[in-house]
Amino acid sequence: MKKIINDPSTVVDEALRGMALAHPDLLVVQPDPAVIWRADAPVEGKVALVSGGGSGHEPMHGGFVGTGMLDAACPGAVFTSPTPDQVQAAVEKVNGGAGVLLIVKNYTGDVLNFETAAELVAMDGVDVRTVVIDDDVAVKDSLYTAGRRGVAGTLLLEKIVGAAAERGADLDRCEALARKVVANVRSLGLALTACTVPHVGQPSFELADDEYELGIGIHGEPGRQRLPMEPADALVRRLIEPVVEDLPFAEGDRVLLFTNSMGGTPLVELYLAHGIAEKLLAERGIVVERRLVGPYVTSLEMQGMSVTLLKLDDELTELWDAPVRTAALRWGM
Amino acid sequence: MGCSGTDVASAVRAMATVVAAHRDELVELDRAIGDGDHGENLKRGFEAVVSALDSSEVDTPTAVLKLVAKTLISKVGGASGPLLGTAFLRAATSLEEVDGASVAAALRAALDGVVARGKAEVGDKTMVDALRPAVDAAEAVKDKSVAEVLAAAATAAEAGAESTIPLVARKGRASYLGERSAGHLDPGARSTSLLLRSLVDSAAAS
Repeated sequence: MKKIINDPSTVVDEALRGMALAHPDLLVVQPDPAVIWRADAPVEGKVALVSGGGSGHEPMHGGFVGTGMLDAACPGAVFTSPTPDQVQAAVEKVNGGAGVLLIVKNYTGDVLNFETAAELVAMDGVDVRTVVIDDDVAVKDSLYTAGRRGVAGTLLLEKIVGAAAERGADLDRCEALARKVVANVRSLGLALTACTVPHVGQPSFELADDEYELGIGIHGEPGRQRLPMEPADALVRRLIEPVVEDLPFAEGDRVLLFTNSMGGTPLVELYLAHGIAEKLLAERGIVVERRLVGPYVTSLEMQGMSVTLLKLDDELTELWDAPVRTAALRWGM
Repeated sequence: MGCSGTDVASAVRAMATVVAAHRDELVELDRAIGDGDHGENLKRGFEAVVSALDSSEVDTPTAVLKLVAKTLISKVGGASGPLLGTAFLRAATSLEEVDGASVAAALRAALDGVVARGKAEVGDKTMVDALRPAVDAAEAVKDKSVAEVLAAAATAAEAGAESTIPLVARKGRASYLGERSAGHLDPGARSTSLLLRSLVDSAAAS
């Protein structure tokens, strides 16, 4: 393992310290329990949005803390969900009196810890709601599984509901909007390489040079299927087709297409893949109305990508376009 | 039989030693079907437990177990933190007189807590595959000594953990692998059996 770190056990602490120094105008960072919150929190009378998850997915979630998006993020250890204390501390920092919405990715640990935190926070009299996102079409949802994972679609949810909260939408409205995004967003990812979690010290799975993993999550866990390596046209088709068929997205649908790098795939390949994704959608008569391309929901240095489609209507499009000012996502202000 | 907070605390310290000794093994098991953090998370959690015990003056078995529960929930994260923490918390509320029957009852309460939180059952390839047979075995011999009850539990947990190898995971992160999760020992079942075995060893030593 070769990484720019001192000690695997202090990676998250040291990264948070640097992040606070890099964005003093946007963020405040507390090391223990670890919480990142927007510099002007709590915003009186505004619904507060709190999310979190394992570290290693940067810029998610801390990079999305700021005006028009999250009020606070709780970074856990690398690829490990945050603890209930972190969530509770975040809620105390950002609760502006209008209630708190917890945005949780559907992973067993995240759900358990946020659930515990929600119980504790509710006992303190805070109006708290939880929305679980499960956009990953690689996982079959049934009574006998933990259900679909929450992956890159989380960013779209945080942006859209964040815009609504910034404009003064109440907690019921924010919760309903979040559920609407969950119902209309789907993702699928692939990996060309594994990544190395600092405290593990070796790659999270072995993958030959001529193979790739289809249907990965965002924690370096292997995918559903291992396939022989293919050219980009075929790779992107493997991602787009199951996503389109899942909702399903139909001819004439207006969508937001989010082409995401898992961290190790450079923009030249990502733009190439994005072009293919647009072409495949155009062939199906699906109208790409908004785009986001970049490394936003990552798995350390893993090479690979994911595509996310969100079915848009006027309301979602307008909220997506609304001003946002965070470390990683910024427009309109 | 009398049992002081100090006895329970030294049993918990023994657990911490076992977790540290098996850290790499648990990381490897988790790397195969999860993301490899199980050993590190448990080690970090039990280190925090030991330092919490060092810096507090809890004196009853219940108080010690509550401190352990609270520390695991607030330091471990992932699924293991809330699940193991809940197990200790529930065990704490049912441990009054320490004899074979009360140990079996504490294990039963721990299992009920884990099932309530994680909603897993035997066959899902989780810690429940080790814990439920352990509780059944403990209850079957609950009229015997504490040491015998714990030994029965640990032996059953070990067999239960082994039984996860052919299973396809239906809960937790391994479930995302589907059929590919078969053929691997579940790290949560393994750590559960290790923790129970360490209790046998510390009961024998006390």
